[in-house]
Amino acid sequence: MEKVYLDHASATPVRREVIDAMLPYFGEKFGNPSTVYDMGSKVKVVIEEQRGKVAELIGGKAENIVFTSSGAEANNLAIKGVALGRQKKGNHVIVSAIEHHSVLNSARFLERLDFEVTFLQVDQYGLVDPDRLRKAMTPETILVSIMHANNEIGSIEPIAELASLCKEKGVFFHSDAVASVGNIKVDVSELNVDLLSFSGAPLGGPKGIGALYFKKNVRLMPLIHGGIQENGRRAGTENVPGIVGFGVAAELAKGELSEKSASMSKLRDLLVAGVQSRIDKFQLTGHPVQRLPGHASFCFEAIEGESLIFLLAQNGIYANTGSACASKALKTSPVLTAIGVPPAIAQGSVVFTMDKSNHSEEIDYVLERLPVAVDRLRMLSPIWGKTVPVYQEAACA
Amino acid sequence: MRFVKDIHPDETLDLVCRMCPMHLLEPGDKLKCMKKGQILQVITDYDGALEDIPEWCRKCGEEFIGIEEDEECYKLYIKKAK
Repeated sequence: MEKVYLDHASATPVRREVIDAMLPYFGEKFGNPSTVYDMGSKVKVVIEEQRGKVAELIGGKAENIVFTSSGAEANNLAIKGVALGRQKKGNHVIVSAIEHHSVLNSARFLERLDFEVTFLQVDQYGLVDPDRLRKAMTPETILVSIMHANNEIGSIEPIAELASLCKEKGVFFHSDAVASVGNIKVDVSELNVDLLSFSGAPLGGPKGIGALYFKKNVRLMPLIHGGIQENGRRAGTENVPGIVGFGVAAELAKGELSEKSASMSKLRDLLVAGVQSRIDKFQLTGHPVQRLPGHASFCFEAIEGESLIFLLAQNGIYANTGSACASKALKTSPVLTAIGVPPAIAQGSVVFTMDKSNHSEEIDYVLERLPVAVDRLRMLSPIWGKTVPVYQEAACA
Repeated sequence: MRFVKDIHPDETLDLVCRMCPMHLLEPGDKLKCMKKGQILQVITDYDGALEDIPEWCRKCGEEFIGIEEDEECYKLYIKKAK
């Protein structure tokens, strides 16, 4: 098998329909949407159409969407924008300990501005306990941010319940749904959220485009000042090709969602069951059931996840060690630390994320090569001891 | 500057945190959908609005009623005059 790509959480290929829709906006339809003549005003109309499609994917309205450069920017705008817009009401913000760095580091930035931040602990599956959230809230709390699904361990948080708690106290609730939108149903009304971040890339859209959903009563302090693009909430000439690509990808994703979720769940279960029967001394990270359909994450004892990734890549299998942007830092993942995985075991983290383009033959191939790679690395490991590798012959071949 | 109290608006526009000149663009759109004699409340944290909105009303033929200040922001009142 030439290549098995199982790192869709890091990047997905841009769909052909998306590329075709985007191309004219690099060429003949290049007009600036802020201009008053037809070359620009027609583009402005197209942007608003895409806003509607993107909103529809999450059950929202176009007027409640602000386009950003990424999911990370949407998270920054949600955390900093709400905190700065509400600082006369209170100075306390709560985020979970396993949030994406764009949420965690935005919260740390607020600490430098004299906000108080609570980094809420999670259980062994990465789930936030509603009671723990209730106890953490104070009269000064103005914002809570809990991700919908975790990109490293796949667990899906009980967002509707957590958001309802905040609603009772008049606290705004934000959810980072970058990992979940396009993989499972995300409806802002059902989830009861005030703000929700998502992006185009995980949907087969282009990189460099994201969106923040916000309810009408949410005041967002802009982070990028300048003109009145995005209704005065984010300055800068719009990324028109990106917005068009995001709109088309969102429309396609909505139509394919249920079929995609079902097929990815099967592949995930196949992979998890296969690993369980072929490899010992490992841990499935995240919740065993309440998790993203195409997400399988493991920690293999006595190996270095990075080494395993390289070895798998030599076999044409592409996976990741965790958060794509954090893996280079060679630090123990804060997510794995937060769910109580010992540092020595957390080093052996590998995350497989599937898409509808993957098929069972690819999973079979992974299950053939992964145990060999794990055994090979364990034989080199000084901490593996005298345990006899299961696939010793194949590993030496 | 005319200060007022206890005005009961028919419509409200919350423009807190929005960039200049949204405080001049959105009232125009909103007033188009309102009836003559109705009152629009514009909530803003932008200091420049205190000069801009009365002047904009004068130019557009709308009636600027006055301003109410609270701890958090300004509330400006416009009566649709045409």
